[in-house]
Amino acid sequence: MGNIKRRDFLKLTFAGAAAMVMDGNIAVPARASAKPFKLKDTKVSPSVCIYCGVGCGLLVYAKDGKVVNIEGDPDNPNNEGGLCAKGATSYNVYVNPLRLKKPMYRAPGSDKWEEKSWDWTISEVAKRILKTRNSTFVKEVGGVPVNRTEGLVQLGGASHDTDECYLLSKFARSLGIVYLEHQARI
Amino acid sequence: MTSLGPSFGRGAMTNPLIDVKNSDVIMICGGNPAENHPAIARYINMCKDSGGTVISVDPRFTRTSSLSDIYSPIRPGTDIVFFGGLINYIIQNKKYQEVYMKNYTNVSWLLKPEYEFKDGHFSGWEEAKRMYNYASWGFQTGPDKKVLKDMTLQDPNCVFQRLAGHYSRYTPEVVENVCGMKKENFLKIAEVYSSTGAPEKSGCLIYAMGLTQHTIGTQNIRAFCMIQLLLGNMGMAGGGVNAMRGEANVQGSTDMGLLFHTLPGYLPSPNDKLHPNLQEFIKKSIAPDSYWVNAPKFIISMLKAWYGDSATKENNYGYDWIPKWSKPASWMHIWDNLYKNEGIKGMMIWGQNPLVSSPFADKTGKALENLEWLMQADLFETETANFWRRPHADTKNIKTEVFLLPVASMVEKDGSATNTSRWLQMRYKSVEPLYECREDSVIMHDLIHKIKDLVKADPSTPSPESILNLTWNYGGHNHSAEEVFKEINGFEVATKKQVPGFAALKDDGSTTSGCWIYSGMFPPAGNLAKRRKPEKTGLGLNPEWGWAWPVNRRILYNRAACDLEGNPWNPEKYVIKWDAGQKKWAGRDVPDFLPTKAPSDAGGTLPFIMLTGGQGRIFVPGGIVKDGPFPEHYEPIESPVANKVNPVQNNPIAVVFKSNIDKYAPLGDPKYPYICTTYRVAEHYQSGAITRKIPITVEAMPQVFAELDPELAKELNIKDGDDVELESIRGKVKAKACVTTRVQPMTINGKKYHVVGIPWNWGFVGIDPDSGKDESFAANLVTENVGDPTSLIPESKALMINLRRA
Repeated sequence: MGNIKRRDFLKLTFAGAAAMVMDGNIAVPARASAKPFKLKDTKVSPSVCIYCGVGCGLLVYAKDGKVVNIEGDPDNPNNEGGLCAKGATSYNVYVNPLRLKKPMYRAPGSDKWEEKSWDWTISEVAKRILKTRNSTFVKEVGGVPVNRTEGLVQLGGASHDTDECYLLSKFARSLGIVYLEHQARI
Repeated sequence: MTSLGPSFGRGAMTNPLIDVKNSDVIMICGGNPAENHPAIARYINMCKDSGGTVISVDPRFTRTSSLSDIYSPIRPGTDIVFFGGLINYIIQNKKYQEVYMKNYTNVSWLLKPEYEFKDGHFSGWEEAKRMYNYASWGFQTGPDKKVLKDMTLQDPNCVFQRLAGHYSRYTPEVVENVCGMKKENFLKIAEVYSSTGAPEKSGCLIYAMGLTQHTIGTQNIRAFCMIQLLLGNMGMAGGGVNAMRGEANVQGSTDMGLLFHTLPGYLPSPNDKLHPNLQEFIKKSIAPDSYWVNAPKFIISMLKAWYGDSATKENNYGYDWIPKWSKPASWMHIWDNLYKNEGIKGMMIWGQNPLVSSPFADKTGKALENLEWLMQADLFETETANFWRRPHADTKNIKTEVFLLPVASMVEKDGSATNTSRWLQMRYKSVEPLYECREDSVIMHDLIHKIKDLVKADPSTPSPESILNLTWNYGGHNHSAEEVFKEINGFEVATKKQVPGFAALKDDGSTTSGCWIYSGMFPPAGNLAKRRKPEKTGLGLNPEWGWAWPVNRRILYNRAACDLEGNPWNPEKYVIKWDAGQKKWAGRDVPDFLPTKAPSDAGGTLPFIMLTGGQGRIFVPGGIVKDGPFPEHYEPIESPVANKVNPVQNNPIAVVFKSNIDKYAPLGDPKYPYICTTYRVAEHYQSGAITRKIPITVEAMPQVFAELDPELAKELNIKDGDDVELESIRGKVKAKACVTTRVQPMTINGKKYHVVGIPWNWGFVGIDPDSGKDESFAANLVTENVGDPTSLIPESKALMINLRRA
């Protein structure tokens, strides 16, 4: 029953808000059910599954700043609450002891990772990007300005948000990268 | 996508996935949605429940096949023979939707008399250069430069007659002999699918990588497009050519131009010869007599979004700051260049795992060793980030520096994803990033600002403008996805007011829009992708759920769902219709047409508005699809048999890499007697970089396996569960034998052949039982670096191997 009530509540909330566009995070507190259950007093945020291209809706429940549960979004027309074998384990993607925790570095010839600070990592990567760009930069070909580097590659994007993909596109091209590809090609 | 654009005008899935429930017949080829897009299986079942028929054609009897009413196996890499057979059947038996075909496609256009197909090549073949000259792949024009047409379709040079002639060779007997598809199966499928040529009926074609990962992949989809145009299935509810996109946001990433050849919104990425300056870029991007006449507004608004006040009319809005490519820089070109150490020194990888996902893993691994440095941003450790300790690696002598950056997950940031239906849906931040993880956008912010500082301090930096003038103000460490969306949508420069949509964009620098096809998602009223109103009744187009590009249109080319007068072919499942009283198009969807253009107006019956001439292309002119204006069968690069359809064995312009490590088994090589194909499983996602870190999915599907038929198992003395080794001329991979009748031996030209299947989701970094062993479990060790000449997608779905007990 708890589930159904929660669904009804969400539907009301979202249907009312859907008539007009909303600003900000539409996260709402989940309703406490008749008997206490694990999602009591949680904050629920809609999301979209990170796996295949269907775009199944997820509901992400958090309490005290921690994700406590992820399940299918019954309102999302793509999946109407259902999830596949992968999607159903979404919680274990985010709350997983194997998540990367700190920036890491592998030195030339080394057989191990070393933990590094963000400041060091950003600074070192930025220096290498610029050094590689500048040392392989081609300004012109046959009098035509081409302003590109032939030494840098950027890959990836299909696992990112659409807004992030836009930034990845802008970021790579500002550096002169023409070796720009991602999952769509393979 | 490289075939949908040339055929219809836009490189995107045409109908939303939910719409498959509205079909009369669904045919799924080279895709396994029940396994790889499981939520779609529900809608396929709904189609069946309401009386629809489902056809599955696949080398293996898949989970999708088990949902279907009709199933046939097919030899990997021979789909064009099957589709060509269908086209021939449709023409011979007059199953086409005649009014639709005559008026909405280019079948009536007259071809140049010199166009021909002969001895395995299209006209214009230059043997010495091994290239086509495309001059003859075009139409006859009159004195007014307009294309000549014959609406009776009798002229021997009209597209229809040439089409009929071309596919007359593709008889049911040829289909049986080449594809290994029994003639009665073929005829049954042909009869059922071509029944959707009735005006009120709709048929839906679904595919995935099983059709694209071939040296003739673009032409496979082209054949799909042609079948749908002949049967009048485009624009209809329950119709369309529907690519099941494999990643959560591979639609969005492609829309945003993360490929060497496209900028955001499918504007071309500048090439030094084609687009040496802005004026030439504009000239080449304008397709006359189509919506692309607006291209100047789109590129100039994008440049204004990227370079802000620095982009002026005087400096061509900073056009020269965007890099221009000179030679193809596609995925396989990159790895070939890196393997040969021809100049690539540094690589940034954002959430991708090429060492597992790219064909020919041994080449990928050796190529990575040539990098000076590699930066990878990801949720987990991947095989690629650990390439220096892959099985058999000489770690000490690998000099590459590797930076591995921990990123925030989807629940730890605001954002969005564009699904396979082109729907933009929002994700919301639920919690702060765990540990020291950071959003990718924050990492980019930090890097670009650090680089700007370094450039300012170093006057010797070449062409510093492209970096220094780039706008990048999204809140820094308090990143705001909303600000990015506003930039993507675009605004008026003077007032900073959001534009209502791309119709408001200007070519004088007074508007911005980072990606024109998304303009309209964030009008002054707010972000439309946030909408959450599911549709209760009707077709399931859900116009108020999220937002779809372009202009929230859910079914592309929907003008074609109506007859010449604007009445729907199927009044019950109508999408839009002409309202004579109101003098406008209206209905359940946003019209893919000028809303006030009446059917009786000039151009009022030309539904494909992105194409010059407004008619769908049965014949694609001018080498837009590089290997032929009509699809023609060529054998996979590795094949057990000679081409029986024409005398040329392989696609004559397939992209074949020839470094010292690339090898291909010659035709009929007895050392590699079995046909192999690759695929995925529901329990693992792509390279397994995530799902092989999760106990539940690993327990459900722990190890790589190879499917083989019981007859072959007996012959090789292999029992279910035995360790086996698959070997191609390039490498070996170990797997567990799965002896199953899901694969069947097939008879090709009277001789029996066996097909072996292997999923490619495994590697060496995971909690699965095989990870960490000094042996090789990545299926891509056996695949090859050859690809389709237009899409440049590798041929991972058809190759030759040997198989033995390990």
